[in-house]
Amino acid sequence: MSTARLTGAQTVGPFFHPALLREDARRNVLVQPETEGERIRIEGCVYDGDGVPVPDAMVEIWQANHYGRHRHPLDQRPLPLDPTFIGFGRCGTDDAGRYWFETIKPGPVSFDGERSQAPHICVLVFARGLLNHLVTRLYFADEPANAADPVLQRVPPERRETLIAQRAVVDGAVVYRFDIVLQGDGETVFFNI
Amino acid sequence: MSWKGTAVESTTIGTIIRGDREVFPPYLYAAYRASNRRSPNLPLIEVPLTLSELTGPGPAISEVTPEDADLTRNAGTGGEAIGQRIIVTGRVLDEHGRPVPNTLVEIWQANAAGRYLHRNDHWPAPLDPNFLGIGRCLTDEHGVYRFLSIRPGAYPWRNHPNAWRPSHIHFSLFGPSLASRLITQMYFPDDPLHALDPIMNAVPEPARSRLIATYAHDVTEPEWALGYRWDIVLRGPQATPFEEPEGEVR
Repeated sequence: MSTARLTGAQTVGPFFHPALLREDARRNVLVQPETEGERIRIEGCVYDGDGVPVPDAMVEIWQANHYGRHRHPLDQRPLPLDPTFIGFGRCGTDDAGRYWFETIKPGPVSFDGERSQAPHICVLVFARGLLNHLVTRLYFADEPANAADPVLQRVPPERRETLIAQRAVVDGAVVYRFDIVLQGDGETVFFNI
Repeated sequence: MSWKGTAVESTTIGTIIRGDREVFPPYLYAAYRASNRRSPNLPLIEVPLTLSELTGPGPAISEVTPEDADLTRNAGTGGEAIGQRIIVTGRVLDEHGRPVPNTLVEIWQANAAGRYLHRNDHWPAPLDPNFLGIGRCLTDEHGVYRFLSIRPGAYPWRNHPNAWRPSHIHFSLFGPSLASRLITQMYFPDDPLHALDPIMNAVPEPARSRLIATYAHDVTEPEWALGYRWDIVLRGPQATPFEEPEGEVR
């Protein structure tokens, strides 16, 4: 397969906000009142190699619904779709490098005919200075299925914790904390996809 | 393998190209200063593509109006943006050359003077009250997108002494899957600033030249606007027709 014709990536640059984060393009809240599943809030901060928050990044997420099904024509597994849930989120970081989403915890997703993946959320990171976007995954700290997750097992054990969001209950709400370190100490694991 | 109808049982997709350094820029490109502290030190980890990456939001995101594709008037002021009118059009294709229909294309650009309408753009070039510099459209059934805009100006930045970005338009595309997600920039032909721009030059040749649109006289409209054509080729296959699985979602 020739790769000669693919279009290469370029940085999102510093001036994307009016286009990509206009009111109807920004998607911090993925849920509606009727959406099925455990309500969770995801919070985190994006840091650069100096440990300084990145105030001009954009984070996108993609996930399955409560039953583990994606809203996509390729996912034809006999699992329910939730008409109130797309599973896509997009948030810019604020002046302190922070981002957040309100969503539901996804169900497990099949890996191959036999194995399942632990519940996870795909995370894309864009920023000035990133010539390509970065791809990572958020896993849930209280999820026993992490131990057998076939993607997590590809990650050196000492780096896996960078992919594990820590659970807390804040004012009765479930919050998972997922910081993203672009470079250096505690550098987040990024995938080649 | 079949891409239609059945669940994905295989976890490796040979036709999707990953980490191709002949096409994509490296994360660290020293001449582009902002990459120095924002690029990972450690290599990306190879993982199989799973259903999570072979699906994606592309087919589900489609809220646009025809006015969104006219950057000369979509500020909604009733006035028209100042600058040389241009039509930018092309096809969005998968890596097999098949059109990617009904996929969202979002663009943003500087105005004719090279200034963005953005709180962090402070250089002393005039703003245009009739120009937002943002647009979006969906590709049609042939994978074709089309925008009416004005030619963006070049602008200075602080990467190195006397640094200027060549005229360009930022493009954001989803395509059929998460693996096909792409943010890139389109450049205009015959611009002497190309050779001096570290962002553009981070992409290796021949892929670098493919970021440059061609002047297209058949797209040019008489006594109205100059035409440029730029095709975009995304990773991965166009898997299935774009249909909502069931119902309407908001």
